[in-house]
Amino acid sequence: MPRRWPTTWRVRWATALLAALVIGAVLVPLVAPTDPRAIGDVLVTRLLPPFARDSGGHVHLLGTDRFGRDLFTRMMLAGRVSLLVGLLGALLAGGAGIFVGAVAAWRGGVLDRVAMAIGDALLAIPRLVLLLVFAALWAPGATMVVVVLMATGWMGVARLVRAEVLGVRTQSYVEAAMALGARPGRILWRHVLPNALGAATVAITLGVGSAILLESGLSFLGLGIQPPEPSWGNMIAGGRDAIVTAPWVALSPGVALILTVLACTLLGDALRDRLAGEETITIRARG
Amino acid sequence: MRVLVGRLAQSILLLWIVATLTFVLLRAAPGDPAALLIAPSASAADVARARAALGLNRPLPVQYARWGRALLEGNLGESFVTREPVSVVLERALPVSLGLGLSSLLLTFLVGILVGTVQAAQRGGRVDTTLTVASTAVYAAPSYWLSLALVALFTYGAARWGFPPALRLPAFGMRDPAGGVSGWGALPDLLRHAILPVCTLTAIGAAGIARYSRTLVSDVTGLAFVQTARAKGVSRATLYLHHVLRNALAPLVVLFALALPGVLAGSVFVETVFAWPGMGRLLVNSILARDYPVVMGATVLYAALVIFANLAGDLALPALDPRRRS
Repeated sequence: MPRRWPTTWRVRWATALLAALVIGAVLVPLVAPTDPRAIGDVLVTRLLPPFARDSGGHVHLLGTDRFGRDLFTRMMLAGRVSLLVGLLGALLAGGAGIFVGAVAAWRGGVLDRVAMAIGDALLAIPRLVLLLVFAALWAPGATMVVVVLMATGWMGVARLVRAEVLGVRTQSYVEAAMALGARPGRILWRHVLPNALGAATVAITLGVGSAILLESGLSFLGLGIQPPEPSWGNMIAGGRDAIVTAPWVALSPGVALILTVLACTLLGDALRDRLAGEETITIRARG
Repeated sequence: MRVLVGRLAQSILLLWIVATLTFVLLRAAPGDPAALLIAPSASAADVARARAALGLNRPLPVQYARWGRALLEGNLGESFVTREPVSVVLERALPVSLGLGLSSLLLTFLVGILVGTVQAAQRGGRVDTTLTVASTAVYAAPSYWLSLALVALFTYGAARWGFPPALRLPAFGMRDPAGGVSGWGALPDLLRHAILPVCTLTAIGAAGIARYSRTLVSDVTGLAFVQTARAKGVSRATLYLHHVLRNALAPLVVLFALALPGVLAGSVFVETVFAWPGMGRLLVNSILARDYPVVMGATVLYAALVIFANLAGDLALPALDPRRRS
């Protein structure tokens, strides 16, 4: 084996990073001296540079936004929404994909054909475009983003699971279970699915990172989480007007976003190396 | 030949399903496009008249049949907002996105394969580790954040650190508003404006391609014929160009075809930040305006690009790699 950056290292760094972000997202808004949602004395405190001290004596680690709100506290508060929405969106999309793939492969026939045709048709539209079309149809907000992430993310997992289930179905232990008279639902749940989920687990883990990216992208375009509730995407959008005079307002939330996605990618890669040992080529929707 | 015809028929069927899905999705949406078009003070009768004029008052199957027949004739309808034919709107936006997408895609593969090969050659070394960390970080960055970072660097940064005039790149738009030249004379100005958007798209794409080509190349460098060539004393350049890359990169050609739609979709954000009037910005603006015909036309066009890129990729692989011919 050629030498490479050891897997354990990558996993350790990624886990530490994610843990720090989660703890920060939960705790920082609770202990922060200033309210991250309240608009204060705008004229005196807006667009302060990082490490600046405002008239009230509070130090702002990353500076303030155009309404004089502390950027670091808002970034951590936004982390709650972004992490939760990304995680939920990826998990629900994965769950739906496992369900559709397993049922399609198990039942076969027309159901299989129709499910796969719809899946293929949805896969033929770039995920970002599909996401925009879906997102534009319903009122924006956190719930909508989760639902839309689910509706646009199940197809890849469904195909993986379908292929695996079709393979596992012919194994002799499944035939043995059938011969013993087990109900089809029980065979699928107890014998087939546990052996068919390896690739899907990797896809779902890697999907968390792209779900977070897509949520931020929707929010950046104004189609996702709506202000004043902060998310990393809408914070970046909020700082866009001041990009020429105070670039840190738009750029600093992006650092938290990049670190999160980086950690998710490292964990997903490590899991894949562990499970498969071979690299599958996938193209991810760009956020 | 039979395979080709079969695959083509399959692709067209898939495109039809996509078009139908788009139609169903958009008509299932809440929100009345007619209400958005006329003044809020308009009476209910005015709204009804606008709906009738747009054909929105017919039963859904009738709307679908009419829309389907028009689509077969290449007529994508009329924009609700500007009243121009959708095909004209798309024809104006597509070249902008294609130019942006194709040029950055070419650069993506050049840079990505170069970086990946260097990494594979130095596998495990310091250069490899640094490039892996860097490419993973860029891969994780959203394109709109990278775009904004470049805008900040060339506006705020250029003023703050006093960039020389040659480096003062324009951060917004496709051309200099004060320029006034057209035709070939405007090309240098257009290219200068294209540098930042193309760099953004290239950086992200190249980070992904570098990851794949590193794996593909290092899979080949361990094989016996490479050892033999090395033992024969073949120069490094010949070794990589003739023996390694030719065997490693066939899958990347397929990826080239597959990546084009992704790059086009990715340019949604880049076009939005840099204010380029391409497909991405058109889609976002039409969605916000509930301009259904334009949204549908753009989505079907995107899907057509994906489907035919897939087809091209499938057909290109056996042509390039004799091992894949059955």
